[in-house]
Amino acid sequence: MSGWRPVADRRRVAQWISVVALVVTAFVTFAPLQAIADGEAVATRLRVKDPETGERNPVPDVRIVVTTPDGEVLGEGTTDAEGVFETPVPAAGTYLVELDPTTLPEGVSLRNPDRVVVEVEVLEGQTGRAIFALVAGDAVQVGEGGGITLRRVAQLTVEGLKLGLFLGMAAIGLSLIFGTTGLVNFSHGEMVTWGMLMAYFFNFYGLAGAFGFMAGWPAPFGAGMNLIFAAVIATAIGAATGYAFDRWIFAPLRRMGASLIAQMVVTIGMSIVIRYMFLFAFRGTPRFFKDYTAQSGLQLGLVEITPKDLITGVLSILILVGVGLFLQMTQLGKAMRAVSDNRDLAESSGIDVQRVIRFVWTAGGALAALGGVFIGLSEQVSWNIGFRILLLIFAGVVLGGLGTAYGALVGSLLVGVGIQVSTLFVPTELKNVGALVVLILALVIRPQGILGRAERIG
Amino acid sequence: MPAETTTGADVLAAVPHEPGAPKPDPIVVVDGMRKTFGGLVAVDVDHLEIQRGVITALIGPNGAGKTTFFNLLTGFDRPDTGHAVFDGKEIDGYRPYQLAGLGMVRTFQLTKSLTKLSVIENMKLGAKGQLGERFLPSLVTPLWRRQEREIEERAMELLRRFQLDHMRDEYAGTLSGGQRKLLEMARALMVEPKLIMLDEPMAGVNPALTQSLLEHVKRLPTEEGATVVFVEHDMDVVRDISDWVVVMAEGQIIAEGPHSSIGQNQAVIDAYLGAHHDAPLDADQEEEWLREDRLELGDVPPRREEP
Amino acid sequence: MTGIDWGFILNQTLARSLDLNAAVYALAAVGLNVHFGYAGLLNFGQVGFVAVGAYGMGLAITLWQTGPFVAVLMGIGFAVVFALLLGIPTLRLRADYLAIVTIAAAEIVRLLARSTALRDVTRGAEGLNEFIGPFRELNPFNPSLLYGIGPFQYRGSQFFAIVIGWVVTLITLLLVWQLMRSPWGRVVKAIREDEDAARALGKNAYWYKLQALILGGVIGGLAGMVLAIGNATIQPDFFVAPLTFFFWLVLILGGVGRVWSPVVGSVIFWALITFMRNLGRALVTEGLIPTSIMDTSQIDQIQFWIVGIALALLMVFRPQGIFGSREEMALDAR
Repeated sequence: MSGWRPVADRRRVAQWISVVALVVTAFVTFAPLQAIADGEAVATRLRVKDPETGERNPVPDVRIVVTTPDGEVLGEGTTDAEGVFETPVPAAGTYLVELDPTTLPEGVSLRNPDRVVVEVEVLEGQTGRAIFALVAGDAVQVGEGGGITLRRVAQLTVEGLKLGLFLGMAAIGLSLIFGTTGLVNFSHGEMVTWGMLMAYFFNFYGLAGAFGFMAGWPAPFGAGMNLIFAAVIATAIGAATGYAFDRWIFAPLRRMGASLIAQMVVTIGMSIVIRYMFLFAFRGTPRFFKDYTAQSGLQLGLVEITPKDLITGVLSILILVGVGLFLQMTQLGKAMRAVSDNRDLAESSGIDVQRVIRFVWTAGGALAALGGVFIGLSEQVSWNIGFRILLLIFAGVVLGGLGTAYGALVGSLLVGVGIQVSTLFVPTELKNVGALVVLILALVIRPQGILGRAERIG
Repeated sequence: MPAETTTGADVLAAVPHEPGAPKPDPIVVVDGMRKTFGGLVAVDVDHLEIQRGVITALIGPNGAGKTTFFNLLTGFDRPDTGHAVFDGKEIDGYRPYQLAGLGMVRTFQLTKSLTKLSVIENMKLGAKGQLGERFLPSLVTPLWRRQEREIEERAMELLRRFQLDHMRDEYAGTLSGGQRKLLEMARALMVEPKLIMLDEPMAGVNPALTQSLLEHVKRLPTEEGATVVFVEHDMDVVRDISDWVVVMAEGQIIAEGPHSSIGQNQAVIDAYLGAHHDAPLDADQEEEWLREDRLELGDVPPRREEP
Repeated sequence: MTGIDWGFILNQTLARSLDLNAAVYALAAVGLNVHFGYAGLLNFGQVGFVAVGAYGMGLAITLWQTGPFVAVLMGIGFAVVFALLLGIPTLRLRADYLAIVTIAAAEIVRLLARSTALRDVTRGAEGLNEFIGPFRELNPFNPSLLYGIGPFQYRGSQFFAIVIGWVVTLITLLLVWQLMRSPWGRVVKAIREDEDAARALGKNAYWYKLQALILGGVIGGLAGMVLAIGNATIQPDFFVAPLTFFFWLVLILGGVGRVWSPVVGSVIFWALITFMRNLGRALVTEGLIPTSIMDTSQIDQIQFWIVGIALALLMVFRPQGIFGSREEMALDAR
């Protein structure tokens, strides 16, 4: 996976990434944090440490105001892509630097919320630096208040359905793998991220853009390809990965007679390795795809929806319906359901169970990967999104009934809508807590899930 | 070879040979017990009484619902509707551990020996009312040391009777299939059961061991004062040890009586011929049995020297 | 290889294998050993118990101004409640449900602790600090002096926590040892081997599993408290999900289901991790690994790869640990 970034070419790729940052943030100047010659200045550089990666990421777009102690404004503006803001001041002396906490991006806040103003001593001919201690912690919600209106309920329901559909694409694979093998795949979230990151890669670098000598080649080889093609390739790679996981990891484990518990721990180990390989190769900063990023919403009745969300939503409905038809109509689909239902019976009635399992892994990998592309398009591309949505996938799958394909879909939709609508009552940052509550309540009230059959558990 | 050993036959002499027949001294009474799985009726028993102090066999073609019925009686599964009385006490909704506390113990079709516990630990687990099994007292050895010693003595006595005493400190996982069956039966006796329910006690047992196992079962009512109910496929075994036979088919009880009366019963013949008598084993089960036979011959695993 | 200071690396390696983190990891792994090694429970969220224990203790002091001992009891109480919350719905079901719920709940604990909604209580991402005061007063060591274990020196403030950590570890090990040789332990192990068999013999498997979950969870909570005292802070972002699997690796390295394995595993784990981390740093700073491949911040990421791979391989090929016997494994043909 680190093959994305061959040794010699890493810097160039880094520049490319900077270019992305440019596209995304729409204004970038590589202003170095240096004193302007022969003049006094006040500067600040905002960076925040990512708790999970340990990287210090710049914080752009934060409004800073520099004043004299009397309140005279000497300079104001926002920090650049490097998190830097600098303004000249007339003479040596004491100045006040104020940070507007409402402009801090989501997920970043002041370590001490009261320290929005910092006093800076500027010496002759030098730059005085204001230090704001920032922490990665979810910012206070601003302006999201307002009562429960029909419009908001409708909007959140649509967003929830969208989320539920994307979750469903991942959940079906997880559920079918469980149904056919009894294994809970804790690395399923990483399969989602994998699709997202592969689409990102092809979107920016084309088929071979990371290899220096091909970088200049035209699309689709050197330059990036359109996201639609990138998504198709990513899905294919997801399928191949699912196939490979079964072929070279889990089928051998089954043959060896490894217990399900051992296999589960293996999926955990894989999830950690893969996730941190993603971090290594992709770094911690979330990014966006090249295409279809900034879109203004369409007003459809009560709700506003961006064209990309509309299209991916409809696409995922079509795909999920296709999966349903496949399970109902085709021989292989029926075999999959039969194996999920009763493996021994299926085996004795002549179904090649190993082949069915191989297929479930392959299809599960493809669906997860495509779901990842959709999530990346709808939100952002990041290295650990898979782990973050794993809870939601689990909640959906358990709610619907572990091991059933339709249950996974129904459960995911309910979880998606449920947690989005719940933001009417609970802070957005806590919406995933609702998923855990759903998970636990489902287990208490109906452990076999909505569509699951009562199991023989005492 | 008719059953000649017990007095059970005499007790039941006056009982009519028909499904749901009342018994002189029933230990178990079941009424209207029904269980369905996804629309399929697995068990539908109108009325059944099981006589105390005798050996009752529960037979029937594959899929007749015998094991499910067993699970319902022993609390491992819940009936949709139905009512059961054990030893004069209503046991609806009781969990397995509560039933064991009342004196109803079962064994399993596929032996459940606790492989990573030694044979003696397996046995000691069966004893009831151990103070040392409670969390806080377990921390203070003197509180339970004496009881533990008594339990161990009783366990050794049973092990000797089942000729497993030389295996005392081996992991149960190193025993052969037949030895595991013996251990499971001996362990069940540690509970001091009033009713012992054996799910296919002879399945997977090397023929050489079958006879000794049968003898043990046969002696349970007289020596342990226990009532025995067992599920079995092998008709020779049923003929050999049972005082009374209950036949199930498609979830219902279709016939009752001593084994001699069962052979002529038209309903039974239909049930067995309609279904496949001596149905072939499914692949998994066959493999399991073959494996256990191999174990029986001392193929694997290596055993430690006796101390 | 001129520039690499092997002496420094080795000293660090050995010092780290005995210090606070080693004790905390050992303790958390003792809890996991009770769960998985003895009772067969799949706890994939031990870090949640660690966090809950630490926060319980910290909040007792910062919110309710209790004394340190009451605070420790609060931490234990929090861990018990957390165990009940996770155990009651799941322990009647297949083993994987507990795994799913614990991995989710542990992450939720972290999110709740760092949320702005609870900022007044937990101080968000910044975490709790003031709780350390009462513990400083208890410290018999002079915080500004250096104390040594053999050739390794620790500051008095740290040394106190290290001593507490290992003493608590020792006490819990003795507790576990006593429990596991008692009839209680026999029942728990029987449930691990075959729950139905234990139930058929009259054991309330659900209740025993709940007890084991609580016990292991409380031991995890103690780990969190030792950690908090040692670091003088409780920050939510310390309790990230992969930490649970570091504890798992510690347990598996030492050998699942043996009393002493968590200690053995933790010492080995910290020795290996510290050695690799320091060696990696040295290689990068000496220019032996070009920064175009990786920089020093990425070395810590590589340790996650190693942990993940080691976890998977050991679980499949040597769950009995690196010192375990093959014989016991031969019984594991499940």
